[in-house]
Amino acid sequence: MRAEDEALILACIPSLRRYARGLTGDPHRADDLVQDTLERAWSRYSRWQRRGELRAWMFGIMHNHFIDGVRANGRRADQAALGDLPDAPVRATQTDHLEVRDLDRCLQALPAEQREVLLLICVEDLSYQETAQVLDVPIGTVMSRLSRAREKLGALMQGRDSVSRLHRVK
Amino acid sequence: MNDKHLHPIPNTGSPITEADLHAYADGQLPPARHAEVDAFLAAHPQDQTRVSDWQAQRRALHALLDPVLDEPLPLRLPLKPPARAFPWRALAAGVAIAAISASAAWMTRGAMDARHLQTVLATASPERAAGGYAQRAAIAHAVYAPDMGRPVEVSADNEKGLVTWLTKRMGAPVRAPSLSKTGYELVGGRLLPGGSGPVAQFMYGAADGQRLTLYVTREAAGGQTAFQFTQEGPVRVFYWVEGQFGYALSGAVSRDELQRVSEEVYKQLQG
Repeated sequence: MRAEDEALILACIPSLRRYARGLTGDPHRADDLVQDTLERAWSRYSRWQRRGELRAWMFGIMHNHFIDGVRANGRRADQAALGDLPDAPVRATQTDHLEVRDLDRCLQALPAEQREVLLLICVEDLSYQETAQVLDVPIGTVMSRLSRAREKLGALMQGRDSVSRLHRVK
Repeated sequence: MNDKHLHPIPNTGSPITEADLHAYADGQLPPARHAEVDAFLAAHPQDQTRVSDWQAQRRALHALLDPVLDEPLPLRLPLKPPARAFPWRALAAGVAIAAISASAAWMTRGAMDARHLQTVLATASPERAAGGYAQRAAIAHAVYAPDMGRPVEVSADNEKGLVTWLTKRMGAPVRAPSLSKTGYELVGGRLLPGGSGPVAQFMYGAADGQRLTLYVTREAAGGQTAFQFTQEGPVRVFYWVEGQFGYALSGAVSRDELQRVSEEVYKQLQG
């Protein structure tokens, strides 16, 4: 592998970590995901063949690892509908309003597939087309997931959905 | 929600769709379409509010997650491609499979009575017997030479102890030739099972990481042969019998290089 190719992969790492953090909401699990992704990327680099952006290719690898993990964990909080969640307040008090922490909780309350789309488009600035390729779904699916994710996140942030009843599985 | 209306095909002049609004918020519209959506939003305050909320979400998500970009990378992340897998591992497996297949072939000839088998072994030529240990030497080389963690049982730091131990186990004085002149330093040695008793393996390493192994066995004792050459995959072997020992020098190096070192080994071990 040429040195500049190695540099290209290394340059993706901060972005991969940011995406993984948003996906998992947990620094440790996020870096597990980044580690798995990098190991796979090093060993499969020859298969990239320079079709499209390298970062998008690596997001695709991460998506596969992430989804495997979600499937392995079965029906967990990040898949379950909010209405099904048991009563388990995350916080002792409802008064310490840290907006960023709220956002993190709301983000983790989205279904995994919506969270992926939202993060790839809003944070990683992938095009809708690239996002469809990363997730291996039709672009129409990307658009409807994006629409639902925005609606749901907005509702959660405004307290129209019961964030305080979230059960976070960590 | 109908996916048809979400499909982001921004046609200038066509009605503004839900997909246009998202693409507007995400900055994914061509300039002409962007201007059209601008005009649309000015006339539709409710949609303007939704789009503004989405843009606020984008900013909030960045505020939440962008700090990760500046965190130091954890040590456990693999920042380099893994060391190239040693081709010898594959060879070792291949040779082992070949060896197992060969034994399996013998086994399946189980109809052959023991008496006949003994005859076959007894009439095997010395060359074939020697070839047998040369092949075992190649396998042993392929198994241990790529081992970076524990290539030897006793390292060269304790050369005296190594030689004493191997001499005792082999039942005859064994020596580890000094190959510094040829560019190889003793790494250490180990004891291996041979075809009919213990075998000593000395390992040597060059500065560039290349490794050679000297396989010393008593199973071909008593004769004397010239240098013979054989090859198992990338592992080349020079082997010869001298006095009570059979020797095989193995390495994934050129035949000339191996011969050069073999001659030095021969010179030192003669007599």
